[in-house]
Order: sequence, then C-alpha cells, then structure tokens
Amino acid sequence: MNLLLPVLLLPLVGFLAAIAIPRRFPQNSRLWALVVSLATFVQSLILLGSFNRSLGGNQFTFDLPWIASPEIHFHIAADGVSLWLVLLSTFLTPICVLISWRSIQNRAKEFYAFLLLLEVGLIGVFIAQDLFLFYVFWEVSLVPMYFLIGVWGHERRIYAAVKFFLYTFAGSVLMLAAIIYLYNRAGTFSYPGILDMLASGRLSFTPPEQMVLFLAFFFAFAIKVPLFPLHTWLPDAHVEAPTAGSVMLASVMLKMGTFGILHYCLPMFPSASRQCAPWIAVLAIIGIIYGALVAMVQPNMKKLVAYSSVSHLGFVVLGIFSFTQMGLDGAVYQMLNHGISTGALFALVGLMYERRHSLEIKDYGGVATAAPWLATAFLVTTLASIGLPLLNNFVGEFLVLQGTALANYTWTVYAALGVILSACYMLWLYQRVFYGEAGQEVRSHVFDFSFREWAAVVPLIVMMVWMGVYSKSFLDPVGKVTAHVLEQTQINVPFRVELRRPTIVEVSRAR
Amino acid sequence: MPASPLFNAADLIRFLPEIILTVAGTLLMVFGALSERHGSKVFGHASLVALAAAMAASVYAFTEAGPAFGGMLMVDGFATFFRVLVMGAGILIVLPSYSFLARQKAETAEYHALLLFSIAGQSIMAAANDLIIIFIGLEISSIASYVLAGYFRDDKRANEAALKYFLLGSFATAFFLYGVALIYGAAGSTNLTTVRAVFSGQSAPSAVFIGVAAALMFVGLGFKVSAAPFQMWAPDVYQGAPTPVSAFLSAGPKAAAFAIFLRIFMTALEPIGPAWEPLVWAAALASMTIGNFAALLQTNMKRMLAYSSIAHAGYVLVALTARSETGTAAAMFYLAAYAFMNIGAFAVVSHLSGRDEKYQGIADFAGLAEKQPFTAAMLSIFLLSLIGVPLTGGFFGKFYIFKAALESHLVWLTVLGLLNSAVAAYYYLRILVMMYMREPGEATVEAAPLSTGLGAALVLPALGTLYLGIFPGWVLDFAGRASGLVR
Repeated sequence: MNLLLPVLLLPLVGFLAAIAIPRRFPQNSRLWALVVSLATFVQSLILLGSFNRSLGGNQFTFDLPWIASPEIHFHIAADGVSLWLVLLSTFLTPICVLISWRSIQNRAKEFYAFLLLLEVGLIGVFIAQDLFLFYVFWEVSLVPMYFLIGVWGHERRIYAAVKFFLYTFAGSVLMLAAIIYLYNRAGTFSYPGILDMLASGRLSFTPPEQMVLFLAFFFAFAIKVPLFPLHTWLPDAHVEAPTAGSVMLASVMLKMGTFGILHYCLPMFPSASRQCAPWIAVLAIIGIIYGALVAMVQPNMKKLVAYSSVSHLGFVVLGIFSFTQMGLDGAVYQMLNHGISTGALFALVGLMYERRHSLEIKDYGGVATAAPWLATAFLVTTLASIGLPLLNNFVGEFLVLQGTALANYTWTVYAALGVILSACYMLWLYQRVFYGEAGQEVRSHVFDFSFREWAAVVPLIVMMVWMGVYSKSFLDPVGKVTAHVLEQTQINVPFRVELRRPTIVEVSRAR
Repeated sequence: MPASPLFNAADLIRFLPEIILTVAGTLLMVFGALSERHGSKVFGHASLVALAAAMAASVYAFTEAGPAFGGMLMVDGFATFFRVLVMGAGILIVLPSYSFLARQKAETAEYHALLLFSIAGQSIMAAANDLIIIFIGLEISSIASYVLAGYFRDDKRANEAALKYFLLGSFATAFFLYGVALIYGAAGSTNLTTVRAVFSGQSAPSAVFIGVAAALMFVGLGFKVSAAPFQMWAPDVYQGAPTPVSAFLSAGPKAAAFAIFLRIFMTALEPIGPAWEPLVWAAALASMTIGNFAALLQTNMKRMLAYSSIAHAGYVLVALTARSETGTAAAMFYLAAYAFMNIGAFAVVSHLSGRDEKYQGIADFAGLAEKQPFTAAMLSIFLLSLIGVPLTGGFFGKFYIFKAALESHLVWLTVLGLLNSAVAAYYYLRILVMMYMREPGEATVEAAPLSTGLGAALVLPALGTLYLGIFPGWVLDFAGRASGLVR
C-alpha cells in the first residue's frame, strides 16, 4: 500500500464530499473540513514515520499510466525536501480551518470545499514526478485560491484575485511551452527519466536552448516566489485575502516557486542557472532590502507582513543561487521557517482583525494589556521572524548567509542588512500595536484567545521553538537532497570554469 | 472520373446518416404544416430521435468504412468523428431550445427541420471527398443556418444578423467556388484524391496557379470558420441570432467548415503546403489576437463569446499550420472540446437571458452563484475550460495543439498563442467575478429554475468537458488514427 497516495486523495475525496453537504448546515462543513484535514495530517505523519532518512532519492513512488499518447503518467513520489513541504501543507490546513471557524460565516460550505481543493493542488505540486502532472497541479491550485481571495476577501478583493490569477497564469503558460518543448526533445514527461537522460548524456541542450528553457521555467517560478520586480501581485493578494487564504498563500503557495527553482531549474538547466546566478542574486538582494524598507512604512499590518515575505523569500532565492551546500540547506529550511512564522503572523493578525475589524496599525495600541496571551504569542512569532537564536528563522538565515559568504562575500554583506531591517520593522510594529495606552475600542473588543484559537496557535509556536533548537531532525533528509541537486548542477557547466580563470588572471596582473 | 450512375447497398449505408436527417427534416416540415399542435414539445422530441438515429447510423456506417458514390464521399474515421461531433452538437442544441422556444412561444416544426437540414449539410461536408460535394454540403448547411439566424422575423437584430450572415456568406461561398473552378481547371478533376495525385505528380501545374486557388478557397473557408481577417460578421450574427442558434453556429457549422478546411488543405493542397503555411500562420495569429483583445472590451455576453470563438478558431488554425498528423488530430480534439464548452456556456446564457433575451449583459450574471449555485458551477466549468485550466477538455486541446505546433518548430506561434490564452483568461474571469463575487441583480433574481432539458443541456457538456480533460485517451486515440487517413 502506497502511503503517499492517501495524503493526496484524502483531501480530494474530502473536497468532493464537501460539495455534497447541503448549504444549510455550515457547521457540518466546518467539522468535515477539520476532520479531513486532520486525517490528512495524521496520514502525512505516518508518511514521515516510514520515510527512510538514510536514502537520498525518491520514496513512496506511485506510478500509474494516465494517458497513452502522449505518454503521461500519474507519477508521484517524495524526497527529503518535498516531504517537508507536504507536511507543511497538511500541518497548516487544519490550522486554517480553525482560524476561519468564526470569521467565515458567508457561504461556509464553498469556503471549506475550496480550502480542501487548495490542499490537493499544493500537495500535488510538491510530489508530482511527471512534468505534465506537475503543471496540472500547478494550475489547479490557482483556481481555489482565486475564489478564496475573490469571494471571501476584503474590499478590493476582486482586483486582487484577478491580478493574482493573471500574473500566475501568464507566467505559467511559458512554462507550459517549455514543458512541451522538453517532451518533444526527450520523448517523455517523466521527470526522473529526463534527469537520467541528462546525467547519462543521452539528452543535452545547447547553451542558448538551455537558457531559453531555464528562463521559461524560472519566470513562472519567480512570479510565484515572488522575486523583485515581479512581486506586485503579492501585497494585493495578501491584504485582500481572508486570513486562511493569506496563511496558505504565504506559507505554502509561495514555496511552489522556490521549490520549483530548486527542484526543476537547477538540475535540468545547470549551466544556465549558474550563468544567471549573479543577476538573480542581485534581484534577490534588492528584494530583501526593498521588501524590508517598504514593510517599515506600511500603515497596514497585513501589508507589512506581506512585504516582509518579499524580503524573507529573497533569502531563499539567494541561498539557492549561492550553489553551496549550506546555502541550499538554508534555503530549504528557510522555506519551512517562513511557512511557520509568517503563517503564524498572518493568523494572529487575522485573529486581531476578527476582534477589532481593522488592519490599520493606528487603530491598535495597548493590546498587551487587553490580551496578554495574544501579545505573548505575537512576541514569540515576531522574535522568530526577525531571526532570534533558538527560534527557527535564525538557523535558516544563518545557513543562507554562511553559504552565500562562501560564494560571494559582498552579497552576504548586503543581504545581512535585511536581517537588521527586519528587526526594525517587526519590533516597531510590535511596539505600536501592543504597547502604549489601550484605547476604548481595543479594551472592549480585543479579548484573549478562545480554546479553538489556542489550538490553532500553540502548534505553530511549538514548531518555531523545535525548529530553532533541534534543526538536525529536519535538516538531515534535506541535506541529502540538496547535496544531490548540487551534484546535478555540476553536469555540463562550461561557463563557470571559463569565467573564473580570466578573472583571477586579471587581478594578479593588476598587482 | 470513374463515377458510375449506379450505386450499391454499401453506398447507401455510408450515406445513411444524411438520409435519416433529410427525411426526418422533411417529415417534420409536413407534419408541422398539417398538425394544429402549436407550442408542443413533440417536434423537439422528434428531432432528438432523428439526431440520435443519425448518430447511430454514422457509427454503423463506419463499420462499412470506405468511399461511396464513386469516391465522392469518403467515410473514414475522420468523417465519422466530425459526423458524430456535429450530430452531438445538434442534440446539445435541441435540449436548451425547449425552454427557450417555449419562453418565446415559438415552438414550431420548422425550427427543428432547419436544424436537421443544416446538420445534414454539415454531415455531408464531414464526409465529402469531392470539391463539388463539399460545395453542396456547405450550401445546405449555410442556407439553413441563414434562416435560423433570422428565425425571429419580427426582431430587428435577428433580421440584421440573418441579412449580414447571408450577404457575407454568399460572397464567401463565391470565393470558395472560384477556387474550386481554378483547381478544376488545373487538375481536370474535383475529386480530392485525384487532385492531390495531379499536384504532387511530375506534370503539376504552376505553383502560382494553385496558390491563387488555395488563397481563394482560404478566403471562403476563413469566413466560415470566422478566422481573421474574415471575422467581421461573427459578433453581430452571434448577438442577433436566437441564443441556441448562436451556440449552434459556433459549434456545428464551424466544426464542419474546419473538417473540409483540413481535408482540402491536408490532401489536395498538401503538396504546396510550404506555400500556404505563412498564410495560415498569419491568419491564426491574427484571429487569436483580434479575438482575444476585442473580447476584453465587450459588455454583451453573446458578443464576447463571439469574439472568443474567433480566438478559438485561431487556436485551431495553429494546429493546421503545423501541417502534420498530430496537428490534424489536435484540431479534431480541440473542436470536440470546444463544442462541449461553448454550447454549455451559450446554454447558460440562453437560460438566463429571460423573455425576449433582455438579459445578455455580462453584468446580468451578477450573483448567479447565490441564486443558482448549480448553474453557476456548470458555467464555471465551461469558463475554466475556455481559459484552459487543466483537467478540462479546453486545456488538453490547447496543450495538444501547441504540442503539435512545437513539433513542427512553430516556436513563435506557440509562444504568442500561449500568451494570448493568458490575455483571454481575463475576460472569462470577469464572468466568474460576476457570478461569485457580486450581489445578485435583476436578471439572476428573476431567473426561472432550471428545466429538465436545460439541466441536461448543462450537465452533458460539463461531463463531456471533464471527460475530455481527465480521460482524453480514447478520443485522442481515435483522432490520432483518423488523422492518418486524411493524407
């Protein structure tokens, strides 16, 4: 019995059943979504338990022919990186169900159905081993998110939803062209098959060919990450989405982009990746600093967190394009960290919005006295987000910076500015929202956690501490995969060798 | 030509679908005139039965595959595919017509008879292997369609639609006929197989001569499939015609016209492929671009679907540009998927438009999900398919077309076509926005509950769309095998 398949099928069946629940029983929809998402999470824990950590490659492979010609397979498997991303998705979905319990009253049935469908799409993206199947999941995850933002969002939700859909769709059509091109060249959609062909030299691309294909894939991923300057859809989507939508978007959906870069761009197009690395690293650093600076001046809490995402994701991209073991490890770890801590930030901001019905920072102040536990949870999350040692982000950021330092020290210097700036905007936010005199509105409306909210927030806090203190339990399987990716990027890399030597000669001559 | 005036039983079996449709249509006319039963559903039932019988006959005829009437017809997989397609489209048109005609108090036998005649013409087009037969089929199909477009004779817009369609259509047919004449002059035959043999032989006439003939035929057929730059009529006709008729025009005649397009250009004119490829290339790009960008600006749902149908004609032309068997198969698959999704979308418009088609605006879809969640869900499936989201027939069709195009090294056309489909996403999304994200308006509040016929007219195309998207294997396989016979 394949253990991975139920992780994908449970939410799918849950989604189909959720459609059948009559509209007049919204409570049933909520309970059903909670049960299904918890069952999926449990199943993914079983998956984790039986994952063999000493192996580097794919596990739990399930391969079923789907369409005969062109040959397309329903082929799924998980490796040490996708496993964690699947767990991140299954871990956050029940939390999203819990935090939406009271805030989603209108059309609850459809909301929870879409949430489950979103989970299917997200999990599918991480485990698909067939390029066609990957594209299917990639696009399918777009639809529920579009509806989540557009139907249950805030005032400018329609604009944000359409912008989100069009940006991602436009990016991914070029990826589709590249996928078809790959198929015509390789004769298969099977991703492991293509990698084998590349490794054995049966399939190779000319440099310009590789560059165009790389850019087609990278463009789709970069929009999703989002990499500066393709990030403009993100603040709109985040701010307008309902809380659960923001959490899923920030925590999991953005990782589709970084995962794609790591999983597809680097192994398939190593030379082009390395050739573009300096440019992409510069964009990532601009994103880190720009995101942080813009976050600092936001009057809106959600927008602030959204821009902080641009900054954090810059670290991930930088780590990937450092082409060092530590950088890649850190990038993957940072994907997970960002999922936990930014997810928690969006959840907490959402809980405050539920109470005070405002996202403006100026409407708050003194929340710490009105709701001390809420303030405590927010503080821990803030500290995690700015990279305090013993909490999760510190490990990831440290690894990324160290890995980058090995590749290019100047990059590290500029990127480290982002860490400092993140402390500035987050602590300043905390000060303005939680300290000071509590206003009338805050005192009468902002109360502390209910039991249900505790249940949603505590697991997130626990994860922040665990991932900060005992990162080894996570990084072991990741390291095996990233080491393999690095190995793959050594295949046919004429550019780097040629570029390095003249530079060294130049320097010595100048002396 | 070795045609003998005598024909045998096999010929009749191969021609059975057309016989059934014509006889049924004629009987409907006679009984319609004799009976006093106005406003009856019986005519609809009769035409459903006739279409189902003709469809069965098409499948049966395929077991006796081969040429008929001295090579004038060619009953092969390709012909059968398009026969079943136009008849299936016919069934999907009759279903929403019940409630539409009842609402307008216009349930006559002649509506159904015209529909059957038109489909008979398209069925002939699907199987024709001779330029004269193609022309006859084209005329049978077109003349019935002209009348259908002006079915509401007191309606100003319907009159405009019919007149425009008729005048421009006649011009186009004339162009086509000029092309046929030139081919006949050059090859000494109108039989496609013979023509192909002459053109690819040693004593082929000058390429310029054939090129002019091809260009003339391209004009005529380009009009019929509403490809740019011959697309001008489409928005006005689709808007003015009764909604089920618009749905019909966008599916049946278009598919049949593409069938002869493919058959002529991939058999008789295949030897001069490199000469006409740039022409089709340009028309494909122009259709996609003009269709999609003009659709962005529409406020009327039927006009928007008309422009979208121009764009979709462009996608099919991309498949033709590929000039390969994969391309032909892709075009066939796409036309099937398109028939499902577009008829479904039009059926919802027909349902919602109310008496005298008052509500045709995109804004009239506001809040449909609130009032009729099922209808909205069905339309969402059609729209997502038109956008090209995976797991729908529209996506797989598009995927397959662009796969064929890339195989033939049409990289730029692929990239521009795919970018076009991203532009198209915007105007389809607008309708989703209306349905799901706005408060109900007058049209959705007043909308009648779904009738059985309409329910079936929504569920069947939706199932078809999903089937083609999730399990495209069987249809794809059939199209793949049929495409080989075209050459």
